[in-house]
Amino acid sequence: MTSISEDSDKEKVRSVSVDLNNDASLVIDIPDALCERDKVKFTIHIKTTLSSFQKSEFSVPRQHEDFIWLHDTIVETEEYAGLIIPPAPPKPDFEGPREKMHKLGEGESSMTKEEYAKMKQELEAEYLAVFKKTVQVHEVFLQRLSSHPMFRKDRNFQIFLEYDQDLTVRRKNAKEMFGGFFKNMVKSADEVLISGVKEVDEFFEQEKIFLLDYSSKIKDATAKAEKMTRSHKNVADDYNHISGAMNSIAADNNTAFKKTISVCVLQKLEDRVASDQELKLTELLRYYTRDIQAAKDLLYRRARALADYENSNKTLDKARLKGKDIAQAEENQKQCLRKFDKLSESGKKELTSFKARRVVAFRKNLIEMTELEIKHAKNSMSLLQGSIEILNSN
Amino acid sequence: MAASSERSPPPFPDSEEPELLEDSDEGADAFTGTSISEMDSPSPDSTRPPKDIFNEPPEDIFSDPLSNINSEPQKKVDTKIPSPSSDEAVDLFSEPLDDDSEVMSSPEVQNPMPDLLNEPVEAPKSDVLGEPPVNNSSSSVKKAVSAELFGDDEDEEDLFKETPKVVTKKPQPSGPPVDVFTEVKSDVKVKPQVKDDPTDLFTEEALTAPAQKPPASSSSSSRTNGVHSEEQDLFSEATVELSLDSPLNDRKKKDAVKPSLSAPAASVASSSSKAPSKTLEELEEEESEDKFDLNISVTNPEKVGDGMNAYMAYKVSTQTSLTMFRSKTFTVRRRFSDFLGLYEKLSEKHSQNGYIVPPPPEKSILGMTKVKVGKEDPSSAEFVERRRAALERYLQRVVSHPSLLQDPDVREFLEKEELPRAVSTQALSGAGFLKMLNKATDAVSKMTIKMNEQDVWFDEKIQDVENEEQHMRKLHVMVESLVNHRKELSGNTAVFAKSVAMLGSSEDNTALSRALSQLAEVEDRIEQLHQEQASNDFFTFSELLADYIRLLGAVKGCFDQRMKAWQRWQDAENMLQKKREAEAKLLWANKPDKLQQAKDEIAEWEAKVTQYEREFERISATVRKEVIRFDKEKARDFKRQIVKYLESLLNSQQQLIKYWEAFLPEAKAIA
Repeated sequence: MTSISEDSDKEKVRSVSVDLNNDASLVIDIPDALCERDKVKFTIHIKTTLSSFQKSEFSVPRQHEDFIWLHDTIVETEEYAGLIIPPAPPKPDFEGPREKMHKLGEGESSMTKEEYAKMKQELEAEYLAVFKKTVQVHEVFLQRLSSHPMFRKDRNFQIFLEYDQDLTVRRKNAKEMFGGFFKNMVKSADEVLISGVKEVDEFFEQEKIFLLDYSSKIKDATAKAEKMTRSHKNVADDYNHISGAMNSIAADNNTAFKKTISVCVLQKLEDRVASDQELKLTELLRYYTRDIQAAKDLLYRRARALADYENSNKTLDKARLKGKDIAQAEENQKQCLRKFDKLSESGKKELTSFKARRVVAFRKNLIEMTELEIKHAKNSMSLLQGSIEILNSN
Repeated sequence: MAASSERSPPPFPDSEEPELLEDSDEGADAFTGTSISEMDSPSPDSTRPPKDIFNEPPEDIFSDPLSNINSEPQKKVDTKIPSPSSDEAVDLFSEPLDDDSEVMSSPEVQNPMPDLLNEPVEAPKSDVLGEPPVNNSSSSVKKAVSAELFGDDEDEEDLFKETPKVVTKKPQPSGPPVDVFTEVKSDVKVKPQVKDDPTDLFTEEALTAPAQKPPASSSSSSRTNGVHSEEQDLFSEATVELSLDSPLNDRKKKDAVKPSLSAPAASVASSSSKAPSKTLEELEEEESEDKFDLNISVTNPEKVGDGMNAYMAYKVSTQTSLTMFRSKTFTVRRRFSDFLGLYEKLSEKHSQNGYIVPPPPEKSILGMTKVKVGKEDPSSAEFVERRRAALERYLQRVVSHPSLLQDPDVREFLEKEELPRAVSTQALSGAGFLKMLNKATDAVSKMTIKMNEQDVWFDEKIQDVENEEQHMRKLHVMVESLVNHRKELSGNTAVFAKSVAMLGSSEDNTALSRALSQLAEVEDRIEQLHQEQASNDFFTFSELLADYIRLLGAVKGCFDQRMKAWQRWQDAENMLQKKREAEAKLLWANKPDKLQQAKDEIAEWEAKVTQYEREFERISATVRKEVIRFDKEKARDFKRQIVKYLESLLNSQQQLIKYWEAFLPEAKAIA
């Protein structure tokens, strides 16, 4: 159950990352990251007692593409077919804040100095938040790998961690990109095809139904939560604008009026934070959307194996009928069966642990979110109360 | 302003005191006919102080710092107050008289001061010495004839005759005092016409009080300040007195006693140098207290008729203890165009005098058409509610204006069962077209008039209002978008709640599933909360801003009216100049036959110039007073609304806490 706490920790900042590596033999974190244009360089810090590493503590620079490469190699490794492969971190996207920053620069003349400063500050905060999130996602990916008994021994993973120069992974070229796209197409077509294959194991049958259902639901919820967060952010932005406008009114007004207005300027902070914690919920859901996709992939691989096995059975039957190539077919069938069994077994384990992990993660996040909500509401309440008192007293 | 002082000199301040005296007399008479005797008793008091001043060596006045002089009459007032205060009734009447004596002294004090600055000492001295006897005699004569209210017109004429004499000699020391004097003058001027109309008198009187505030606060010499503050006490007092007495002549005496008792207290308190603003505030408070026993609510919007001829009728209920109304509570039904009609009438009558007439909500053809055509959809319900609230606020603003409340049309609007249909309010009617035309010509003339503002106060204020309107507009846009975004948020929260509920239903861990459905419920409630908050945003905040944007428009209208008055005056001035030139030509050409005619014309135009100038001064004073009042009202309104708004926010935060706290154990129960 080492991996259980890790998703929930994902949201929490670095301080938590210690306790998710409760196995101290391999501790990974990303203490630093550098953003250069559209490239983000992460500094990965590794502390280990494992003998397979040459040093016990070292750091390597990695880029986002390296992470993707690592993920891809793991996915392609046959061995891991029965495991839930941690979803690859999403591409760092600083376009949003950057664009806004640009817009802000354009609109600089149209607003007051304070307003501009505040907006800038706001955007910088947003940028920082996005940046932090990106780092975290990458960190969590590595931590999940490192905490998994199988993945931590992976050769590529070790290379990724240890090679002390830039990996400079070759970017996917157009052909490969197209190939990947094509593969995806085939996969989804295949998914449809083999969905007709009768499930032999009830556990997997149920799990499949559940996951399909759940993934669509959680996708939906994620989208909705994102929408909600966005509109919450809009509201917070409005507050910001309003406080700016109020400030400017107060600036050229007389005393009594000024007091009135400057008081309520305070209250706008509230929603900004409120939107942050909603972001938390959204993040949780988003992560699980990906995680569930990974689980679904596992199921797919298993179903594929099952289909293969059945196919090999048929071939064996045919061979027997025809009376030739029996040995080869038998071999094939045995292999498929073995593969399928193995897949089923590890899949079962993975899915159960996934479930438990999910529940714990949800619990933790929900509690945290609720507490945050309460905290913010209380803050803004006292703020409001204070403002009202000030207003009433003068 | 400088021009004005040269051309038509401000009257000698003395002229105001008989008026004040007389006003208080009037008030007194209004209460009890028998009070004359009571009045007689303090009268020696009142005549004494001026004498004192004259008996005291005038050299003293000129040589000593003027502040001394200021303090002297004050002392007298202070000492005098306790003596008559043993008897309430006497107090009531003697107090104003005391103050009158203060007036008598203070203008005298004021007089030398400018002279000191610019002229040989002898000239004012003679003035001071030469005039007061007349004054004294006039006041004493008045006392003698005070049984007959309007009998003292002659005295006043005397005073008027006097004024020019003094004034021509008197140079203008500085800007601010001129204001005061001219204010006074306009009062006097107006007075004879309105004498029998107590309400107007009241408003004219009321002008003077606020008008003095700026001089006091502006950078005129500290000495003048002292004098002003003193004078102001009395003005404000007189105003308080009048505002209560004159409009409500037949009110119970008791009502009147209470405020007038507090008034002297104010005057005593205000003999300190901070006085002006303080008294003003007190005045304001008293005014507002007075106004608040009038409660108006607009309720029950009801659709009358069908199709395009349908209209909404609103119930206008009034609750009041003011005696000017026939009963304490009454209700009438009014339609929207009636409200517009009321505004038309009021603005026709009052806006040219520089009053800020609160504008009604805008016509909304689109919104109304929706209401007319649509059955029962939420947007039209919202529209109706919004309009209802706006109309209520509009009426409340109208009646909270002291002079608009006195308007017979307002009373009629509130009381009368059937109102003649307001015809000119239809947007597409001929009258509407005419109005638009008028507005267009107004706009054009506004652009052509280039007024060089001499009054710093107005200059700043106009700029302020302009800025403020811009900022308000900006803010309004923001708040509107806040409302929209919050509505959006509410919608999105609802959708999210549904989605979470679905997720909960497909979750196979029972505890988590339960928690998720709880979360859905919480989100549902939050959605409600957001919705309520959005409507709160709108009604308490956004509408407030919309109102004030409209009101600022009205304020700008006032400034425009003032500018128009100024333009009239300038035109007359130019005309006079032309006439004078013509006269000079005639004189040169030696044509005595036409000379007389030219002289007559000049006299005529001179009269016009003075009249227009006075009108301008009056409108300036009114606008000034109105703007100050508006600012006060605005600050109060904003404070009230913002507190209300913050409270609504607070409330929703409390709800939020409650919801989340209820959810917390659920989240913790997941295992």
